[in-house]
Formats: sequence, structure tokens, C-alpha cells
Amino acid sequence: MRILFKHLDVPDIDDMDVYIREGGYKALEKALKEMSPDGVIQAVTKSGLRGRGGAGFPTGKKWAFIPKDPSLKKYLCCNADESEPGTFKDRELIVRNPHQLIEGMAICCYAIGSERAFIYIRGEYIEPARKMEQAIAKASNRGFLGERILGTDFNLQIQVYRGAGAYICGEESALLNSLEGIRGEPRLRPPFPAIKGLYESPTVINNVETLANVPHIVLNGGEWFASIGTEKSTGTKVVSMSGHVNNPGNYEVDMGTPVREIIFEHAGGILGGKRLKAYVPGGSSVPMLTEKHLDVGLDFESMLAAGSMLGSAGFMVMNEDTCIVRATLNMARFYAHESCGKCTPCREGTSWMVEMLESIEEGTGKMGYIDRLVDIANNINGRSFCALGDASAMPVLSSIEHFRDEYETHVSERGCPFAGDRGFALRGG
Amino acid sequence: MKISGEAQRRILDAKTRYPSRSSAILPALHILEEDQGYVTEEGMAEIAGLLDMPMSDVGGVASFYSMFMQRPSGTYRLDVCRTLSCALLGSEHLVDYLSEKLGIKVGETTPDGLFTLRTVECLGDCGKAPVMMAGDTYYEDLTPEKLDAILDDLRRKAEA
Ligand SMILES: Cc1cc2nc3c(=O)[nH]c(=O)nc-3n(C[C@H](O)[C@H](O)[C@H](O)COP(=O)(O)O)c2cc1C
Ligand code: SF4
Ligand code: FES
Repeated sequence: MRILFKHLDVPDIDDMDVYIREGGYKALEKALKEMSPDGVIQAVTKSGLRGRGGAGFPTGKKWAFIPKDPSLKKYLCCNADESEPGTFKDRELIVRNPHQLIEGMAICCYAIGSERAFIYIRGEYIEPARKMEQAIAKASNRGFLGERILGTDFNLQIQVYRGAGAYICGEESALLNSLEGIRGEPRLRPPFPAIKGLYESPTVINNVETLANVPHIVLNGGEWFASIGTEKSTGTKVVSMSGHVNNPGNYEVDMGTPVREIIFEHAGGILGGKRLKAYVPGGSSVPMLTEKHLDVGLDFESMLAAGSMLGSAGFMVMNEDTCIVRATLNMARFYAHESCGKCTPCREGTSWMVEMLESIEEGTGKMGYIDRLVDIANNINGRSFCALGDASAMPVLSSIEHFRDEYETHVSERGCPFAGDRGFALRGG
Repeated sequence: MKISGEAQRRILDAKTRYPSRSSAILPALHILEEDQGYVTEEGMAEIAGLLDMPMSDVGGVASFYSMFMQRPSGTYRLDVCRTLSCALLGSEHLVDYLSEKLGIKVGETTPDGLFTLRTVECLGDCGKAPVMMAGDTYYEDLTPEKLDAILDDLRRKAEA
């Protein structure tokens, strides 16, 4: 079912007038005129919507944590940092339909009593940021933002805030620091952002996709949304498909859709008619799975039961020619590069893992390195200051779990057993 | 070089746009880089002055983010994505190709000052891998032939 992409075939849906013609901003009007802020939170709670930024926290519950005290300033930060490897859905949600996001943000702000919201967008998304700014300006002119929205006493200002190339700023507390103008390192919790977030004020941080779902929930009701997907993972999920697939791109599927259907029907199967070897289902921060895991459903519970996580639903697909050590090395380098350096296990551990993987791939590794890698990863996982550390352990632990023999062959044959490109070939070449 | 009057005005405007002045540092650094091509010491000192913030705060923010260049770079930065989905579809070959064609290593600038070659992490466009960013533009589904055409095009643009 298409909810977020239901307008995919409507030309110029990014234009506000077209959006309005297609029923846009009706949900905002309904929320402001027919529902109380608590009523909105109840509808979102009933819908079962869970955060699409990776952790899957129930959205209604997050909003309900915000203190009701009207004398407190409150903020909403929309997380559009989207730097998780393999993930490019928020970009499309913004570029295709910026008003859907604005409407979702406005409804959220009404529900939590906020008059000021920010969209924190990664620095490289220059065009999407411009697009968002133009859409905000248009919506303000039309009275969907600004003072006394739609004739009510609700006011809201939304601003775009550009990051500048730091994966860690997608982590919510680092995002807050970045927005406040200090180095984007994670904060100690508690206090949680709902109590002390941006500028020490109660703050909700939600992913783009999470917020884009909100107008549809308000318009059609929480029960309707809860009837889509699985019992505990409701609604749809936008999956980003990339790597060795024939039709890469974003696809919106019901939660619970089997991975086989997503890879072989939506994404058109494996590039070059090859066999699937491995895939990461939720951006590189979740454990990889294999051909054995094709009947797993795409939802929070099924992914967990299969030994991975839903994460961002950014699929990176690898075919049978891919050297797993090399692929793992690639992901390990990412975390070593993006570690903010604040805590020792992550700062040191991510670099060690890169060094050991390099020597295994180059043929100078020893058998003992494999268990050492597992040790290092286990020492980062759960012992780091923030979840980036845990994430860095996932590719290493899962690749050794599923492909230990391939690591061993690298060591015993003193080098990579894969010929030529090792699966890292040019598209079509 | 002093930053332009226009950039100064934009920085002063940013100063009023957020609940705290320090929030204007990051936007100001973007403005500075657009104006000067990289974040100069002099420019950061000006930002500190305009925002009434200590220079160390501005420098601390600037050094945290990988997008800000701390020294002059070529007119065009060729930022090739090296993360997994692009790598699986050949981005390493493309980096080698560019390196050979331009006669520079990753991190270097061509003698004519036109191109700086860099590798970057996932650009959030993996469905169109391999991807490169140059200026404001994303170049997608890259092949060596496409790179040839892009370089020619950028050269022509630089001459115009
Ligand atoms: C290292 C790291 C990077 C993250 N990057 C993002 C991101 O780019 N976008 C995002 O929405 N959430 C990201 N998150 C998750 C956020 O911390 C947060 O959980 C999320 O934005 C909450 O929104 P949601 O409840 O709507 O999912 C990241 C977390 C970590 C630990
Ligand atoms: S785990 Fe890594 S990214 Fe997170 S605070 Fe520690 S060093 Fe920084
Ligand atoms: S891996 Fe290159 S854009 Fe994501």
C-alpha cells in the first residue's frame, strides 16, 4: 500500500497548489479545528506509528513525554541528516513532496505545544534544503505556517538548518549540540530531550518519514493506520534498495512484506542474474543477513528474530562475487572515519578493526585475527558512549558469524580468494 | 582576503534568526565558505567579531565538520562516494580513473587549480551509485565515459 508515496504519479505534487488540490493541508485543518492537542497524540498513539529513524520508538509515546506546562518553550527537530550508508528515502520524501513533511511537522507542533521547529538536514543535500525553504515560504504566505494559522491561535515558525558532513550529527543528542552551535558530539542521558533538549527546553526529535506519516494518520484515523502492516509494526516502510540489484530505488511496502518480494519483485532481482550472497536490511549499522534469510518479514520484530534490525530499511545487496571481507572493511572504514572520538572504545576500536581487516584482505593476517576482531567488536558494543560504537561492531560480528570460512580462506591462502574485482565491479562492466 | 559585504550582511542576518547566537556559527561558516572558497582564519575571526563569540568557539565548530575546507581547493571539488553501495558498483575504479586522468592523487589539486579529488562517505544517493558530488550537483550512475563528459563540461564552465 502506498501512503507516503500515494502521490507518486501526480505530476508537480511538490507544488503547493497541486498538493492542496489533492487534499493536502486538510489534516492540519482537521487537527487544529476539530481535535485537541491530546486528541492528536491519542490518534498517533493508537496508530502504533514507531520512529522510522532507526530505533523504532513509539511516536505517540514520545510526544506524550513533553510536559504540558504552557510556560515552557518547546521545540520540534525534524531529523533529515540521513547519513546512514544505504539510505536515501528522506531525500526523496523531501524532494517529491515537501508539503507532506511540513504538514506533519505542523501537526506535531500543535500536539506538543511548540511554536518553533527546525529541519536539520545534512549539508550535502543542498537542493533538498532549497526546496524545503521554498516550500516553507509558500506555506507561510498561504497561512499554513506563521501567526494565527488557519485563523486559530496556533503559531509556528519552521526553519531549515544545514549540517556540514558529520554522520554523528544524525544521533539525536549530537544533532541538538550541532544546532546549538557547539561541536556535534553526543550528550549524556538523562536528561532526555523530552525534558531538556534544544536550548535546555523540552524537545521532540523525529525522522522525516515518521513525520510525513502524521497527516495521513490524522485524516484517516489511528485505527486505519494500525490495520496496515503487522500487529506491532504498523503502517508502511519506505525501503531504499541499492547495491547489486537490477532496479535500485525507493519502494514503499507494508510492514511485514517478505524480503524476497522486496529484493526480487520490487528491486528486480540480483544484478547480472547472479545469486544473492548477503544483504544489510537497515543501513550498515545493522547485522547483515544471507540467502537463508529471504523469507524474513520487513518489520521490527521479524528482523530482530532473524538476528538483525529494521534500522533505516536501507538495503545494501551483495551478489555471490562479493568478497565479504572487503565489504566489511569498507563498512569498518566508514565508522572509523565517522567516530567522533569522544570515547575510547569506539575511537580506538574502530581503527583497530580496520587495520585487522586490511591485513586479512591483503593476505598478511593470522588465524587469530578473526577471534580478535570478534573480541574488539564485543568490547565496543555496549561499552561506547553512543550507538555509533555499537553500530560499528555489527558488520564485523555478523560477517564473521555468517562467513567465517571466507575469513579463514583469506588467511590460509594468504590473500583474497576472489578474482579480479571481488564483486566491486563497475555497473555494467 | 576580507569577506564580502554581502556575506557580512547574511551573517548578521543569521545572528538574529536563532534563539541563541552560537546557532549562527554553522550557517555563518557555510556563508564564509561560499564567499571565500574555504574557511579562512581571517574569515573565522570576522565571524567571531560579527557574532560576538570567541574565536575558539568558531574554530572548534569549523574543525568538527568534514565539509569545510581548511585550505584552498580547486574550483571544483570532485567528491566521489566510497561507501559500500557505490564501491560495489565501481567507485574505486572511478577514483583511480580520475586520479590517472587528472594526474593527481586523492586529496590533491590539479596544477591549473581546477579540480581537487576527494573521496567522501555515503552521499545519500545510493540508488544511483556510483555517485559523485561537485559543487552543488550530484552526478549519478557514473561510468568513465560519463566522467570524461563531466570534466569537459566543468572545464568549459570554468572558462566561461
Ligand atoms: C550514529 C547515529 C546516527 C543516526 N542518524 C540518523 C539519521 O540520519 N536520521 C534519523 O532520523 N535518525 C538517525 N539516528 C537516530 C536518532 O538518534 C533518533 O533516534 C531518531 O531521529 C528519532 O526519530 P524517530 O523516533 O522518528 O525515529 C541516528 C542514530 C545514531 C546513533
Ligand atoms: S561511541 Fe563513537 S561516536 Fe559515539 S560518542 Fe563514542 S567516540 Fe563518539
Ligand atoms: S553509498 Fe554512495 S551514495 Fe550511498
